[in-house]
Amino acid sequence: MKNVDIVIIGGGPAGLAAAIGAYEAGARDILILERENALGGILKQCIHNGFGLHTFKEELTGPEYAQRFIDKVNEYGIPYQLNSMVLDINAEKVITCVSHEHGVQQIKAGAVVLCMGCRERPRGALGTPGERCSGIFTAGTAQKLVNLEGYMPGKKVVILGSGDIGLIMARRMTFIGAEVICCVEVMPFSGGLKRNIVQCLDDYNIPLYLSHTVIDIHGKDRLTGVTIAEVDSHMNPIPGTEQEIECDTLLLSVGLLPENELSEMAGVELSPNTSGAVVDETLQTSVPGMFAAGNVLHVHDLVDFVSEESELAGKSAANYIKQPKAEKAENHRKVIMGNGVNAIVPQQISFTPDHDVHMMFRPRAVYKGAVITAAIGEKILFSRKARILAPGEMVNFTLKKEDLTEAEHDLPITIEIKEAA
Amino acid sequence: MIDSSYDVIVIGGGVVGCAAARELSRYDLNIALLEKSTDICAGQSRANTAIIHGGYDAKPGTRKAYYNLKGNMMFDSVCGELDVPHEWNTSLVVSFSPDEDSQIDELYQRGIQNGVPNLEIIDHDEIMRREPNISEQAHKALLVNNGGIVCPYELTTAYAENAAKNGVTFFRSSPVIAIRKENEGWVVDTPEKSYHCKAIVNCAGLYSDEIHNMVSEDKLEIKPRRGQYYLVDKKYAKAFNAAIFQVPTVMGKGILVARTVDGTVLLGPTAEDINDKTDKRTTAAGLANALEGARKTWPNLPGRAFITEFSGLRAHCTRNDFIIGEVTDAPLFFDAAGVESPGLTSAPAIGVDLAKMVAEALHASPNTKFDPIRKGIPKFRELSNEKRAELVSENPDFAKVICRCETVTEAEIREAIRRPVGAVNVDGIKIRTRAGMGRCQAGFCTPRVLEILSEELGVPLETLQKSEAGSRYVYGKIFD
Repeated sequence: MKNVDIVIIGGGPAGLAAAIGAYEAGARDILILERENALGGILKQCIHNGFGLHTFKEELTGPEYAQRFIDKVNEYGIPYQLNSMVLDINAEKVITCVSHEHGVQQIKAGAVVLCMGCRERPRGALGTPGERCSGIFTAGTAQKLVNLEGYMPGKKVVILGSGDIGLIMARRMTFIGAEVICCVEVMPFSGGLKRNIVQCLDDYNIPLYLSHTVIDIHGKDRLTGVTIAEVDSHMNPIPGTEQEIECDTLLLSVGLLPENELSEMAGVELSPNTSGAVVDETLQTSVPGMFAAGNVLHVHDLVDFVSEESELAGKSAANYIKQPKAEKAENHRKVIMGNGVNAIVPQQISFTPDHDVHMMFRPRAVYKGAVITAAIGEKILFSRKARILAPGEMVNFTLKKEDLTEAEHDLPITIEIKEAA
Repeated sequence: MIDSSYDVIVIGGGVVGCAAARELSRYDLNIALLEKSTDICAGQSRANTAIIHGGYDAKPGTRKAYYNLKGNMMFDSVCGELDVPHEWNTSLVVSFSPDEDSQIDELYQRGIQNGVPNLEIIDHDEIMRREPNISEQAHKALLVNNGGIVCPYELTTAYAENAAKNGVTFFRSSPVIAIRKENEGWVVDTPEKSYHCKAIVNCAGLYSDEIHNMVSEDKLEIKPRRGQYYLVDKKYAKAFNAAIFQVPTVMGKGILVARTVDGTVLLGPTAEDINDKTDKRTTAAGLANALEGARKTWPNLPGRAFITEFSGLRAHCTRNDFIIGEVTDAPLFFDAAGVESPGLTSAPAIGVDLAKMVAEALHASPNTKFDPIRKGIPKFRELSNEKRAELVSENPDFAKVICRCETVTEAEIREAIRRPVGAVNVDGIKIRTRAGMGRCQAGFCTPRVLEILSEELGVPLETLQKSEAGSRYVYGKIFD
């Protein structure tokens, strides 16, 4: 069995940044395992621009953004294996992997960074009734067919869900000559970034129907149409609001799910809120020496934050190799999600963190003029007024290392949204 | 004009037709099978509950009762010869209130009359001991020790592959539009070709009435009975050990919670009599019924566990029984009509009986070259690492995992296309390899599966279909 200090599972934006983070923290024996035939992950098919504004202060396309990290990985000489599918990983960090080049391999890792990304929720997860015809794609599958394979998935398109990939694909399908009839969102607000609503729907006069959903799917062979309806506050269709729309393509952008099948094999504890691992401020999971970052940890809006987070995970893995810390739960305070706060990461923070702690969460609803606070007992560590908060935009803020260390150790930290009166 | 002549034509490539074709190939006969759809296993055999029924349910004395038990007893040998996954995980028919207890006793008595071995009645405590996730309301149950589960697609494709190996010719996309009596035999017309044969075996499932009625004055009627299902992620494979039935109703065996051999869990089916034999829609009401029914058995059923929903149509004959055998006013025309549940369980026995009847009528001698063995496509996901390494060294395509959710490799997909009666479309790959059947429901693997199909079949990618003609995926290249 081969021994490697740090194995990074996944060579997308998270894996690349984790590798760089580990290298820059002094690790040298690193291996990236990537299942596809090139590094870059989902960015390969994201040919639109808007990446890197936060990190590089310029607007890059997905492949350009990825290339900056790939160049660095190459510059550092960090080894990676392509076409390498990890089949199994256990709590002892023994990874079983299959590839053309190496056959079935077992690798014993000193530390692991889980960077497997996420997948799209399919139609089946929604339970939308109707026919099981062709012409129904997740937005990402359609994006791959269009951008990487060069095929036209359809000509008259309805988009269900207003996640970012769906919005991007509304514009993309328009560019390649399809008619995008509308985008339908079951919630009373969009799940995507405001800038994508403006740049991908508004600019092309594509209507967004909020509080609407697809209630029936027609077409025995290829899709011929969908029935949409308005929904009430319990998301039940309102009788009398049904309308049938003729279309040959339905794109689904109804949520992303972290791909944690391998994490579960290793016994990593998952959070029901993020569907990703429960981690501390170093991004270590419940399995010592196993770290998680990027969309496998929680679904991000911006790749810039994926890179930032993953660099930290890589660095933490490098530190773990130097000085493994075994148990940890008792030395940590719990992070409590107060009013309006969902999907917080990290879920626990050391009483004595080594660095400032970057917190991320999603608001549960839309709030205007609300205040985000973080408090330990009576002590307010952080407070910020926000003009608008929405579930589609992740909230980021930083807690100071000193504040955390000085605060009373036995108390949890509560993050909440104080709504405007 | 006759395009070709056979001794026997089997109409219908579902599990019954493919079993009949394979059993007929034990005789020295020239056999063809005509299938209406683009692929075999396209109707009931593709969408059912995948149960090997014990045989307690059918009315004593019926053909359903006879073939169910006879078929059940053949599964070990058939699945052994054809390398088809099956498992004897038992069935439980559960009463959820004392009012229903009498039905459990009736089923027990009926089972005894039908000759079902090892039936037991168990009480609440024993039910809970066996099935910790079942509703606390579970009161009394019939334990069916000879109940099991089988992969219905693999059973069907395995029968077809073995039939083809033993000389049966398969014609897919060949709907029968007319049958005439001519020159000491039959002429069977499809839109493009006409075939002559001495004997016909009607295994046309939902359409077995229409085929039968082409030759007989004794008319049959098949009423499609739709069943809607939810499919639960294999994360919950261990939720139940046995297949859990509720007490039956006039419409059928009620809503089941039944694990498949692949570890997913089926919830359903509903039972709705409909008029359109092509109406395989799921409906909001039907899915709600399936869910409500399943929750009666499994109250803690997780809300986010589903990976897909689908419906299947049962070929319910208004005569309430299977119609098996030579048609009185149409000599050398043999029916396997109205074969609905327990049709999958009965198929091996129906196949054997039909083949015997036909062989006797045609005075056929045994096929001395008959080979009963078929090996399945290796399932990379189920193998040991040693075996995996061996496969990869023989064929590097085993190292390329195409379907991530079900760990299906490129080698398996290519073999599914290359085999006799191989896959010609995306759903064909799915039923033969499970690629696309997992939790992402083909999101990641579809583009690559299309490419492989295009390469193997030598056709442009934009002509590839999901299943039937008209179900294409893409509309050509964006730029020429």
